[in-house]
Amino acid sequence: MTRPAPRTRRLLQVTGAGAAALLTLGACSSDSSGSSPDSAPSASGKLSGTVTVFAAASLKESFTALGEQFEKAHPGTKVAFSFAGSDSLAASITGGAPADVFAAASAKTMALVTGKKANASAPVTFARNQLEIATLPGNPEKITALKDLTKPGLKVALCDKSVPCGAAADKILTTTGVKVTPVSYEQDVKSALTKVELKEVDAALVYKTDVHAAGDKVQGIDFPESSQAVNDYPIALLKDAPNATAARAFIALVRSAEGRTTLTEAGFLQP
Amino acid sequence: MKPRRGATVPLPLLTPALLGLAFLLLPLLALLVRTPWRSLPALLTTPEVWDALRLSLLCATAATAVSLLLGVPLAWLLARVDFPGRALLRALVTLPLVLPPVVGGVALLMALGRNGIVGKWLDQWFGLTLPFTTTGVILAESFVAMPFLIISVEGTLRAADPRYEEAAATLGATRFTAFRRITLPLIAPGIAAGAVLAWARALGEFGATITFAGNFPGKTQTMPLAVYLALQNNPESAMALSLVLLAVSIAVLAALRENWLTATN
Repeated sequence: MTRPAPRTRRLLQVTGAGAAALLTLGACSSDSSGSSPDSAPSASGKLSGTVTVFAAASLKESFTALGEQFEKAHPGTKVAFSFAGSDSLAASITGGAPADVFAAASAKTMALVTGKKANASAPVTFARNQLEIATLPGNPEKITALKDLTKPGLKVALCDKSVPCGAAADKILTTTGVKVTPVSYEQDVKSALTKVELKEVDAALVYKTDVHAAGDKVQGIDFPESSQAVNDYPIALLKDAPNATAARAFIALVRSAEGRTTLTEAGFLQP
Repeated sequence: MKPRRGATVPLPLLTPALLGLAFLLLPLLALLVRTPWRSLPALLTTPEVWDALRLSLLCATAATAVSLLLGVPLAWLLARVDFPGRALLRALVTLPLVLPPVVGGVALLMALGRNGIVGKWLDQWFGLTLPFTTTGVILAESFVAMPFLIISVEGTLRAADPRYEEAAATLGATRFTAFRRITLPLIAPGIAAGAVLAWARALGEFGATITFAGNFPGKTQTMPLAVYLALQNNPESAMALSLVLLAVSIAVLAALRENWLTATN
């Protein structure tokens, strides 16, 4: 009975030291990023620190360009991006991920964040995106219209209905009554496009912006029915934003004439 | 040696052991707690779920059959035949154990895809395309599951005494007859354990399947894919599906522990 007691004490000491170290680390990290919103409220205050932006995967190219513009205009700032499916980003934000800005690929995914009151500013639509048929360069299958996707023997990939690009495709196919039987429902828009690039499928319904970003590896074919399912892209400042001042400035840049030009060049439509 | 019952455990060992146990069991417990038990019957009786479960069981079993057919001879080759580069070959064969499954799927696409180095010819000569087919799922699952079988069978072969085979050879049996009549029965427990491991691994396969075979309900959408996609817009249904996979996996591992693993020790 006498021996375990000192052991227990030593164990507790070790555990205590570890916990203290963890607490210190935690304090440090929240200190470095958390002080900026309180310390820089003045209008003339110079922007600094890191802006963390959670953005839909389809915004990768345009937002990376906007981030560079922002860093150039405000020396000393850094824009850190996390690009992923809007659904998983929304889940991370409501789960407590430390982000300043959320830019979603649909109003539905933004609602996941606003529904939990995790936003500090009302979401504003800053861009819109519509679908396009992606096919191989030179269009070997001679696809000119949506109904060409029903040709027998043609391999088509669609996005799964659970992700925004799939929901848009489903809406168009339902309203037009065009019955496309895909070989696969892909888990996001980029993987649907990749299957075209790898020539595993002949065509896919993806966003116009993704076709644009893929350059000459795929060819995009517009179809008039795409106007029936246009996705709105909302952006909002988040409630627990570690760097709210700089985040506001980044949102302003996205919505500025300069931002609009970058987004239009990437294939987005203006709201 | 049997572990002693009721032996005193030193506290510096017990505390981390219990923490480790809690860490491993907590997520499973959370799944059980958060599962929408009341709506479970409704969630699990949809045709999509049955399609996915049926396909999962079918493909995992087929992948195990492929692994047995090709893996047992390969394990024999690695354990019984001495040839240059054997160590390297063994390392390469077990590579899928540590390779991220998505990488496996990409590699399969490069090899057997419609535009792959072999797949191109399969398509041109026979009109055979493997991606986006149930066969594609079986191939993807075999790719990640077969090494489990090979490792298990090879280990058992190394532990088995080769003198029985030699004795059979002195009595006039060919090497293949000796393999069939002597070696196979000798290593049967190891084969069984390997097959169950491979089956369980194939059942849980996600990355290689979604990359190589895509996702189409009833054709290539296995349970793990259904869980992943359900999580995007119907978390309750994802939890219910996870529960089914969890139950099947626990049943398999329990059977494995009782019947085969102990038999080989």
